[in-house]
Amino acid sequence: MLFQEGPAETTGYMILGFAAIFGSLLAYLFSLSNRRKNLEKDREILEDGKK
Amino acid sequence: MPPKPVFLKVIDISSFTLLLIASAMVFLYAPMEAVMGNVQRVFYFHVACGWAGFIGFTAAFVCAIGYLRTGDLKWDIAGLAAVEIGLVFAFINIVSGSIWARPIWNTWWTWDPRLVTATIMELIYLAYLMLRQGIGNPARRARFGAVYAILGFISVPLTFFSIRIWSTIHPVVIGSGDPEAKGAFDMTPRMLTTFLFSLFTFSVLFVDLYWNRIRLGIFGERIESLKMKAMEEA
Repeated sequence: MLFQEGPAETTGYMILGFAAIFGSLLAYLFSLSNRRKNLEKDREILEDGKK
Repeated sequence: MPPKPVFLKVIDISSFTLLLIASAMVFLYAPMEAVMGNVQRVFYFHVACGWAGFIGFTAAFVCAIGYLRTGDLKWDIAGLAAVEIGLVFAFINIVSGSIWARPIWNTWWTWDPRLVTATIMELIYLAYLMLRQGIGNPARRARFGAVYAILGFISVPLTFFSIRIWSTIHPVVIGSGDPEAKGAFDMTPRMLTTFLFSLFTFSVLFVDLYWNRIRLGIFGERIESLKMKAMEEA
């Protein structure tokens, strides 16, 4: 990069970087939502068992 | 699960909106860096995720002290939530840094003090989650978690200051770094504004995720005690 004339062509790495950032955040949000749904199901089962 | 408080809904919407604005600033407002090109744009969210990770581990440290002082399991739920979210952000920080390093350092990974301390920190807190799974008694699990979170917190300032203590090729954003650092750059006013806005956005996002995760933890605890009660009755 020492003798380059303009900025390096690194757009592919930028796309990969943001895919990793947003992908990980979405995966975590999905995991939270999934765990909440499972707990709701457990609660329904427990309430049905009481009746 | 109990309905969401209005203020949490406001934070949900705010953090999403802030993330959209921060993304627009990163891609449209901040100029392209003269040497590194577009990959430098990853830097704004890379540092912000590292920052959010530090907030998470610091919150876990505070919760650990809170639990040891009061013995209230709510502190344990909050501590676990903080570690989990801290881990997510620290993971994103390490992965995005590795992607940035590939074209700038010509390698995905190098045994640099910052990379090593950040990875050790991630592994320490990952072990926290794994080791907790092996303890059945809630009070013992919480006590173990609290002591572990306090001891594990040593890795946080060590990671933060690693680039200021040891000779490193990792650039220092605030303050002066090692002259051997590769990938350092001077921020223009627009870059600085985008950087500070990203830090603010990820701080709000942390608060939002943290609150939601604590609610999930409290709900999980309630379901767990209902299960125990049902088993005793059967």
